[in-house]
Amino acid sequence: MKHIISALVENKPGVLAHVAGMFAARGFNIDSLVVGRTEDPDLSRMTLVVVGDDRVVEQVRKQLAKIIPVVKVQDFVGEPVVARDLMLITVSASPDKRPEIFSMIEMFRGKVVDISQRSLMIEISGPESKIEAFIEVCRPYGIKNVARTGTIAMPRQAKAEAD
Amino acid sequence: MASKTRTRASLTDESSLKTGAQIVVDTLIEQGVDTMFCYPGGVVLPLFDKLYDAPIRFINPRHEQGGCHMADAYARASGKVGVVLVTSGPGACNLVTGLATAMMDSVPIVALTGQVRTELIGNDAFQEADTTGITRPVTKYNCIVKRVEDLARTIREAFYIASTGRPGPVLIDIPVDVEVNKCSADIPGEMNLPGYKIRSKGNARQISVAAAAINRSEKPVLYVGGGVISANASEEIRLLAKKAHLPVTTTLLGLGSFDQRKPESLDMLGMHGSAYANYAVQECDLLIAIGARFDDRVTGKVKTFASGAKIIHIDIDPASISKNVHVDIPVVGDAKAILVELTKEAEFRERKSWFEKIAEWKKKYPFSYDRKATAVKPQYVIEELCRQTKSEAIVTTGVGQNQMWAAQFYRFIKPRQLISSGGLGTMGFGLPAAIGAQVAKPDATVIDIDGDHSFNMTMTELATAVQYNLPIKVCILDNGYMGMVRQWQELFYNKRYSNSSLINPDYATVAQAIGAVGITVDKKADVSKAIEQMLAEKKPCVVDFRITREENVWPMVAAGKSLNEMDGLDILESMA
Repeated sequence: MKHIISALVENKPGVLAHVAGMFAARGFNIDSLVVGRTEDPDLSRMTLVVVGDDRVVEQVRKQLAKIIPVVKVQDFVGEPVVARDLMLITVSASPDKRPEIFSMIEMFRGKVVDISQRSLMIEISGPESKIEAFIEVCRPYGIKNVARTGTIAMPRQAKAEAD
Repeated sequence: MASKTRTRASLTDESSLKTGAQIVVDTLIEQGVDTMFCYPGGVVLPLFDKLYDAPIRFINPRHEQGGCHMADAYARASGKVGVVLVTSGPGACNLVTGLATAMMDSVPIVALTGQVRTELIGNDAFQEADTTGITRPVTKYNCIVKRVEDLARTIREAFYIASTGRPGPVLIDIPVDVEVNKCSADIPGEMNLPGYKIRSKGNARQISVAAAAINRSEKPVLYVGGGVISANASEEIRLLAKKAHLPVTTTLLGLGSFDQRKPESLDMLGMHGSAYANYAVQECDLLIAIGARFDDRVTGKVKTFASGAKIIHIDIDPASISKNVHVDIPVVGDAKAILVELTKEAEFRERKSWFEKIAEWKKKYPFSYDRKATAVKPQYVIEELCRQTKSEAIVTTGVGQNQMWAAQFYRFIKPRQLISSGGLGTMGFGLPAAIGAQVAKPDATVIDIDGDHSFNMTMTELATAVQYNLPIKVCILDNGYMGMVRQWQELFYNKRYSNSSLINPDYATVAQAIGAVGITVDKKADVSKAIEQMLAEKKPCVVDFRITREENVWPMVAAGKSLNEMDGLDILESMA
């Protein structure tokens, strides 16, 4: 089962190495890992996507929490969350194919961010499934390059406020 | 801007400034450090210069690994934090085995390492190594301090992290320019650890659930690990076992937490544990684990481990709960605090048939060996050591057969009495550990029960014992083999003794050359006398016991077997 784990960590050198090293040393697999700053300059947020049975993910959560500069760990499994990936994708697009592609981009609520004679660079964000679907519809035109972030996530506010 | 800076500089009195080295020394003293194990080198010279006048006792090992094991054993024997200080590069790299040993056995150490100048870091400078990178997986926490202003705070944090929660080694890497730089002496340097929380009190409801399970149980076993010793909770174990009437088995590192002379003691469990402990664990209906971590050497095949039992697990480390074995009733917190509460709710229960069954196993399969043999048997040497020291010595060990025989045949009666590398299984631990323990406990009799090949690994530290007049005793159970490797080769590799026998020096001669006393014993009749002489010696003393070469440790649960599938029971039974 896929778990999105969010870890608030101290913004210090070596923390990422510590987290990545722990995963490698204990044989846990990371699907994706995103690190970014938060509203507090002393803290960063790591969002990890981990696949494993409950026992494995429970260990992942506990081992993460055990790392000293890791301040807080949450497993979002079973909770209503908003989860998003961001992708930049360059697709071959000869002028005659462009209208089709543009309408597709609109359908997926993407954005053209760069254009050249033969290709378009598109920015698109959304749940992982949407990103995957967009890649599939682009494939027939010829994908030149893909750059993706991993997943970031946040619990829905209604639930958080009820707590 | 320029004028402002100038005003500030002139306001700062030179006398209120301190160098990094001075801050390190002052903070160490503030933390109560009176003993350090250290080896100098280029980038720690500013520190060593300040330490020269400090009221701290220094022990110089012959190798940094030895120094780290000494700090480790010092911590295990005293309950204080062991401190080790070494230089950058090779000095720091040589700590790795010692840190990993301490990490696996949850021993509080603060290791200070020098580092090359900040501006050289990353340039492959002379004696540069990525110390924090190398030691990250073998420390509870580590960091590099790049600003002199952060030194005091970081050192305080290091001692706090090392000694609280589940203890462990912490390493601080200090570049040489940070040792020399100055900053204001009145920086408060308060700890700031938002990610470090310790749950000390156990959940009251969980404790009640655990107590109810104990009170209901017909066939309970208390399974005690090293965590009870680091939590100083041995007395609480005794009280619980007495009040609730429970049989007690311990792990290797738990030995000493429960007086082995008591009838409730089942001695050690596991791969080379007692048959009665292993049978009791496999047949119990309730296993109460305290400060233990269900290591594979304890559980044997996990699937069949205590399969009919409910499991209570009391531990300070939440990550230990249900890591290897599913736990029914977890209680996270400090063993001592939890045991006090648990004992309040526990009730006495006779459990006559359970204790009778245990007594039967005990009678049938005691630890045993060929007592009629005329050759020197290792088990006999240890029994004789135990007799002559009245079970009161501090025992350190190497790793392998020597370690298992020490665990089986010495009777431990109080905590911090056995100092052994359990988790990592570090050969060569015994001698430096004896030195560290003797430094911590100058009046105790400290005996290293060692193997010949374990001793070979760190034998150089004998010179350290001589230099500091530490009257440690080293008993080498010398069979000319890596005994446990040979035992496995005999049992599982068709007696093909591949690379498990090295040519040893004459240890008595080596000891004498270094300035210690050296004795060789090759007759059973001389064992007792030699031990007597050894115990009377004021100098470090090495006794080379030339034991039966192909003696095995029994019983044995082969790798992958269930705990009750022990080999060698027929041998024990025939000699009982």
